[in-house]
Amino acid sequence: MTHVLVFFDSVNAALTGAQQELLTHADALGEVSVVTGSAAEAVTAPLSLEPVENVYTGETAITAPDPALADLLETAVKEVSADIVLGAHTPDTVDALARLAVRLDTGLVTAANGVTSTGVATKSVLAGSYFTTAQITEDAPLVATLRPNTAERMTTPGAAPEVTVLPVSASGSLEVLEETELPKSGRPPLAEARVVVAAGRGVEGDLSLVEELADELGAAIGASRAATDAGWIDHSAQVGQTGVVVSPQLYISVGISGAIQQKAGMQTSGTIVAINKDEDAPVFEIADFGVVGDLNEVLPQMIEEIRRRKA
Amino acid sequence: MPALHIIALVKWVPDAQLERHFTDGQLLNRAEGILGELDEYPLEAALQIKEELQKNNDDAAVRVSALTMGPAGASAAVKKALQIGADDGYHLSDEALRGADIWASAAALAVAARHVLDTAEFADDAEFLILTGMVSDDGESGALPAQLAERLGVPALTQATGLRLELDTDTDTSRLVVTRISGDRLQKVAAPLPAVVSVTDQANQPRYPNFKAIMAAKKKPVTSFDLAELGLTGTAVESKLRMVSADPRPARAAGEIITDDGEAGARIVDFLAKERLL
Ligand SMILES: Cc1cc2nc3c(=O)[nH]c(=O)nc-3n(C[C@H](O)[C@H](O)[C@H](O)COP(=O)(O)OP(=O)(O)OC[C@H]3O[C@@H](n4cnc5c(N)ncnc54)[C@H](O)[C@@H]3O)c2cc1C
Ligand SMILES: Nc1ncnc2c1ncn2[C@@H]1O[C@H](COP(=O)(O)O)[C@@H](O)[C@H]1O
Repeated sequence: MTHVLVFFDSVNAALTGAQQELLTHADALGEVSVVTGSAAEAVTAPLSLEPVENVYTGETAITAPDPALADLLETAVKEVSADIVLGAHTPDTVDALARLAVRLDTGLVTAANGVTSTGVATKSVLAGSYFTTAQITEDAPLVATLRPNTAERMTTPGAAPEVTVLPVSASGSLEVLEETELPKSGRPPLAEARVVVAAGRGVEGDLSLVEELADELGAAIGASRAATDAGWIDHSAQVGQTGVVVSPQLYISVGISGAIQQKAGMQTSGTIVAINKDEDAPVFEIADFGVVGDLNEVLPQMIEEIRRRKA
Repeated sequence: MPALHIIALVKWVPDAQLERHFTDGQLLNRAEGILGELDEYPLEAALQIKEELQKNNDDAAVRVSALTMGPAGASAAVKKALQIGADDGYHLSDEALRGADIWASAAALAVAARHVLDTAEFADDAEFLILTGMVSDDGESGALPAQLAERLGVPALTQATGLRLELDTDTDTSRLVVTRISGDRLQKVAAPLPAVVSVTDQANQPRYPNFKAIMAAKKKPVTSFDLAELGLTGTAVESKLRMVSADPRPARAAGEIITDDGEAGARIVDFLAKERLL
């Protein structure tokens, strides 16, 4: 039986979509345990899901970037004799799993689309232009982070998992001087949204039409770097090589030219729709449906048509 | 303040603006390359720390070394780093490192970094700081900084959108203060030196080398070494992953492009309905 250890750096009252997806990936591979930096009291309810049998925590809450998360992981891997360790593809999780892979002398695959119980991982590379398969060479656990929108979300309720406290606590080696919550948009988180509407320089500072369309579609809002650099929207909305990489079912690109760094963050999307007034904009090379036109005319038509159909 | 040795890691990568491809052996073609654009940010951060320290104290001992691991051509990345402003350059090159995965790259670079710190003709008691890019253009993992920190036994602060060195004049020690995003929180974190920090493109605006800097770079020393000179064998840096296949993604089939005639918005909605995306 394959033992899969799933790492959640923290667990809130409700799991994120990406966390639910990880449980689906893990469930397909074998027996599932979860290890998390969150304190034991907080984890039972959100992790009472069908595949989760055991949950491991530290003696205290351990939060990123504390390297004690790697101690916790290492202890849990031994405890369950894990064959595979999975996490979400976020910087904090990459850091903890990267340290773990050094300690276990094993291979690390980041941003994978899928893994098998025999230590094979598949992923898109070179800004989404190649698809690769890699195999672990040793008899050691494969350690991997997985991209969101690569599996269904696990929501099947289950019995309360058994929670085990491992003898690891926060290290205090790094002092967090200040911490502030980023503004909440009330929309789905960008990285794991099923629909993304993204705004570029073409919106000229006015995101109201893009917001209206996103609300009609239940979409997250993304942006090009031109739009975030201009301060029209927070940097956390940036899609691309140096922003968030998204792979939603539907990506609607509005007033974005489609530079290579932007494409790197969205060209594995299921369906791409582009609106741009320049027929030579590179985004049309990858669009499934493109409209050459002024976004200020096309978006209102679109919003009106969606509302008409809903009514 | 004790002397400070900053190592900026720079990777020589195939230019993402050009066609990139894998060869039959599932190896990325590395015949041509550039200094990875995202590795200019850590270098700029290093130069700014040096300038800041020397502004307050002319003879503050700060050295910025550029270190790369890659094939022969990678020396071009080191040269570019020297033109931008690094004081000296180091190039680790060895046939056994071809196709190195993250684990192997970190194993080799950790020993190389130690070697640079130990052999540089610089203050023996220098503190060190290693700065890297947020991700490499070709590896796209962002995992190297944490692996390097693990191997060197130092803290890692990744994805820094800002960083600064704070001096405590009472104790004559310095600490780093890094701004970064952790999940849905913006944090400011302090770490003692030595440390590894990965620097994002939000942190600064990299400078362009001017003519004077380009001329000055010609006189700066570059040291090359192979694994044996680091006391490593090929086995010590053998990749833990084997590439099984690398296939070009089928190009996205050219879609339908229409010109707005007043109905295009509705046409998009028709398309979405047909694709069951509404
Ligand atoms: C190191 C580095 C990292 C980068 N990382 C990223 C990244 O992660 N993500 C990213 O997006 N970029 C990134 N960039 C920037 C990237 O190179 C482009 O500059 C950027 O994506 C351009 O944004 P844009 O398409 O909104 O603006 P532009 O290229 O200026 O395009 C605006 C588009 O809007 C169209 N338009 C204008 N008005 C209208 C209208 N009324 N109706 C319809 N269309 C209109 C125009 O025809 C044009 O095509 C990076 C650059 C560097 C150097
Ligand atoms: N071969 C290399 N030589 C020098 N620096 C590297 C190398 N590989 C990775 N790095 C550094 O590590 C950062 C992150 O790389 P990666 O983990 O590959 O995404 C890069 O931006 C570089 O600064």
